[in-house]
Amino acid sequence: MSDASADARRPQEFEKVLSGSDTSVASFDTHTRSPIEKIQHFLHSNPAAVPLIVLVTSVALFGLIIGGKFFSAFSMTLILQQVAITGIIGAAQTLVILTAGIDLSVGAIMVLSSVVMGQFTFRYGLPPSLAILCGFAVGALCGWINGVLVSYMKLPPFIVTLGTWQIVLATNFLYSANETIRAQDIEAQAPILQFFGANFRLGNAVFTYGVVAMVLLVAVLWYILNHTAWGRHVYAIGDDPEAAQLSGVRVNRVLISVYVISGLVCALGGWMLIGRIGSVSPTAGQFANIESITAVVIGGISLFGGRGSILGMLFGALIVGVFQLGLRLIGTDPQWTYLLIGTLIIIAVAIDQWIRKVAG
Amino acid sequence: MATEPLLTARGLVKRYGRVTALNNADFDLYPGEILAVIGDNGAGKSSLIKAISGAVTPDEGEILLEGKPVHFKSPMEARDAGIETVYQNLALSPALSIADNMFLGREIRKPGIMGNWFRMLDRGAMEKRAREKLTELGLMTIQNISQAVETLSGGQRQGVAVARAAAFGSKVVIMDEPTAALGVKESRRVLELILDVKRRGLPIVLISHNMPHVFEVADRIHIHRLGRRLTVIDPKEYSMSDAVAFMTGAKAPPEAAIAA
Repeated sequence: MSDASADARRPQEFEKVLSGSDTSVASFDTHTRSPIEKIQHFLHSNPAAVPLIVLVTSVALFGLIIGGKFFSAFSMTLILQQVAITGIIGAAQTLVILTAGIDLSVGAIMVLSSVVMGQFTFRYGLPPSLAILCGFAVGALCGWINGVLVSYMKLPPFIVTLGTWQIVLATNFLYSANETIRAQDIEAQAPILQFFGANFRLGNAVFTYGVVAMVLLVAVLWYILNHTAWGRHVYAIGDDPEAAQLSGVRVNRVLISVYVISGLVCALGGWMLIGRIGSVSPTAGQFANIESITAVVIGGISLFGGRGSILGMLFGALIVGVFQLGLRLIGTDPQWTYLLIGTLIIIAVAIDQWIRKVAG
Repeated sequence: MATEPLLTARGLVKRYGRVTALNNADFDLYPGEILAVIGDNGAGKSSLIKAISGAVTPDEGEILLEGKPVHFKSPMEARDAGIETVYQNLALSPALSIADNMFLGREIRKPGIMGNWFRMLDRGAMEKRAREKLTELGLMTIQNISQAVETLSGGQRQGVAVARAAAFGSKVVIMDEPTAALGVKESRRVLELILDVKRRGLPIVLISHNMPHVFEVADRIHIHRLGRRLTVIDPKEYSMSDAVAFMTGAKAPPEAAIAA
């Protein structure tokens, strides 16, 4: 027995040969990479690079084809105005998709919030600023319901938001009685509701406050996602929720906060929607959910969660805007836009899959 | 033993429906030792470890850490008490960097306004501490602390998980099957890591199916059978086949060992 114990402290028989083997066990793999692998690694660590390249290329191409009419400060800022709402809703969608979820109810929450802001002012005579706060509260409540169903009830986000999308949209129609509040009335009695539609000029460039708000929102969320603990937890949950839980991330709490913030951002989108179309209309923004998912996917954010940058979403939204304006200026059938956007979506997902292989 | 046990469990019971996973299980861990926990599949080792690491709350029984009763409701509470666990699946987030992973759930914020008001992470400080820890454990061949964990090999990932536990575990480190998914060379490296952690004074609970590894590093071996501690043996006094015989019930354990 004592012989065995003495033996026990030494490497076992079959491992003795290891002393002669290469000792660089944990060394970093430094074999020279092929150019393709280098690109793959670069894209792996810079997920917003692909949409940025596509954006710059498409702006350059349309600029070459159409010339000054497209390549002007006016047109460029027009694109920004047109994608402002998609950008805002896309920001909400980004947060949810980073946690490996999806939110089909974003557009419905946006419209319901805008209707609450309008109806609380005109039906109940609330001060407009208070009505706006109520709109945000409704957005947050809708998000909270989504969050609780996804985190504590463990229901799949796709199903939950498919349900809440219908529920919120129906609530919107029932509550508003399908009634539009006219732009003139809003302008006369509650101009603050149209705040984000107001614009200012810098030379030929026209900026609405909505555009400024969208860019600021994306910048703030970028900071939060990359430089705060909460942001890292969002990525960790999207990556592997069980690992995140075991590492000490309070998964359910973070998930609920993600959906609540998404709801609040949608309410901001609802406020901007009033500025954009002037009136409060319960039928506006029907495709906001699909448009936001499109921006997120073209922006290189993985639908499987945990990967991508919110800046990519902004570039994705801008790519769609550039294609829409550019093809309109060329004068093609608008269906070409959808055809190209559809192609871009599929290419974007294919690139995402390829980049993921870097781990293998 | 003269010293008091650091971590003790008495009469733990855990039932899952009609299955009793822990049936009056006891457990003792002494300061500075490596205690291996072995047992057949379904013997209740993982339930025992989960109870100690806070992943499950036992139905009955008590757990004492340094003589004081503790009631962990989550792994976080056990961590706050100084018990770190390296899970079999490692609990790492593949897309996050090594430093982000080591500090996940206990990030360091920048001092002053940036940290308090804008809640900005202090990446520099976290990367510095992560690098120090990896260097201490001889893992600094991993050059780039900000590279994603998914670009590391299995052994390197295990190293990161062990370094995380060693960096934050102030009282106990629990390792669940640390060599199960590794090749021969990488296993050897992880065993050295375990001995390194022990040398730094931290007691380790090692759960493993690999008898040669258990007999090589363990000071004492806790044999779990049918939901309870069957016996604790000294690897110097018994052979691997004895241990397997006790574990599977082929042989009755010695009376003296039961008392230990």
